[in-house]
Amino acid sequence: MAELRFTKDHEWIRLEGDVATIGITDHAQNALGDVVFVDLPEAGREVAEGEACAVVESVKAASDVYAPVAGKVVETNAALVENPALINSAPTGEGWFFKIGGVDAAAVAALMDEAAYAAFVDELA
Amino acid sequence: MADTELLETPLASLHRELGGRMVPFAGYAMPVQYPAGIMAEHLHTRAAAGLFDVSHMGQAELIGEGAAAALEQLTPADVQILKPGRQRYGVLMTETGGILDDFMVANRGDRLFLVLNASRKHLDIPAIEAVLPAGVKLRPLPDRALIALQGPGAVPALATLAPGVASMKFMDFAEHEIAGVACLVSRSGYTGEDGVEISIPAEQAEAVAKALLALPGVMPAGLGARDSLRLEAGLCLYGNDLDETTSPVEANLVWTMGKRRRTAWDFRGAERCREELDNGPKRLRVGIQPEGRQPARGHTPVQVAGEVVGEITSGGFGPSVNAPIAMGYVARGAAADGTALELLVRGKALPGRVAPLPFAPHRYAR
Repeated sequence: MAELRFTKDHEWIRLEGDVATIGITDHAQNALGDVVFVDLPEAGREVAEGEACAVVESVKAASDVYAPVAGKVVETNAALVENPALINSAPTGEGWFFKIGGVDAAAVAALMDEAAYAAFVDELA
Repeated sequence: MADTELLETPLASLHRELGGRMVPFAGYAMPVQYPAGIMAEHLHTRAAAGLFDVSHMGQAELIGEGAAAALEQLTPADVQILKPGRQRYGVLMTETGGILDDFMVANRGDRLFLVLNASRKHLDIPAIEAVLPAGVKLRPLPDRALIALQGPGAVPALATLAPGVASMKFMDFAEHEIAGVACLVSRSGYTGEDGVEISIPAEQAEAVAKALLALPGVMPAGLGARDSLRLEAGLCLYGNDLDETTSPVEANLVWTMGKRRRTAWDFRGAERCREELDNGPKRLRVGIQPEGRQPARGHTPVQVAGEVVGEITSGGFGPSVNAPIAMGYVARGAAADGTALELLVRGKALPGRVAPLPFAPHRYAR
């Protein structure tokens, strides 16, 4: 499986071919707490890099989720609508948010790798 | 605000030991949650017992002949009728009929015992002092901690240490020894559940808290669960649901105004309250139930048929009702239960309705 890349807004992205899967990091789900609702983008929507395109809400707070790279939404995780707690239990697995097609591999490669993201999170603490 | 500028409660080291996630609240570093999380802490409190540190709240006593009459200048609550060993909830008023703070007052026989909001105590204390006659003194009690033990398991568990607590009724107030420490106990709280609030000398607070946490069924719970519990119970949070612009009539707190007080109208801000009771207030605090699963938070505009009629003041997810819940102020014409509302969340109009409060039934030991 392709390696994960990370943003400063605490999304992760995994590129396979030209389709990228996107979710929020373990650090992000832990900071949010128990997730109770998620609003996902419509399939077919064109998103720009850094565009707010999903919302995740915990008992306490609401947070935007941004597209780490530009592309077109090709699929969203229907399982989250029924069971948003998957974001807490499996943030980088079953808790994925949406997939974007037509992604520029170079834009993904330019994001932080796991070590850089871990260092970034450490700095926040 | 940097952590170094925040005040700490006497239980600060216990919170860290328990893995509490500390956040700034009203100038204090307070645990918003422990490792179990808000959802688990909330549900556990409704099922068994949650222990909350509320030591940031202001405690004070009012001593001297005429203390109750003096306090009544600032509150529409009937304080003089309060019997020794009884407590009640009320509001302190501004000159213009707004709410300066909401508070608890207990009659200890020779004095009144007050609990004030952390964020407002610096305003309440001079306001009270300003109306005191010679011979009545207000004594802040900064060296006392306050712990709330809430839930259906709270009193049964506490009674194993202090058997006398079991016979207290809702809003009774008495001194009890807990783990060898003389404590002030009121059978009250702010979760909608049975339970107690316990005032403890600061230096013994950690020992008492540890003794309570060792009781079966008791789990530490943070400010996050306290907020979702009080919202389900339809209880107001000062700064969200009450402020200096809201009156007790608008806030649906007429029940805190004594009958005698509503005849004499002899408290600060009475004119506005009287006018609103006679002619109806322009707006009213109501429960709001969003349809679907998406929470509508504080400051969400509320519309009826495309026209803004009010605003949500507290909103989130209710773990026990397993749905989003809110409260807020709407124009009187839109305040009837069942009124269809549009809640403007992130530019989208979510459907919702005016709903009766509380969302979770109160289970007090009346």
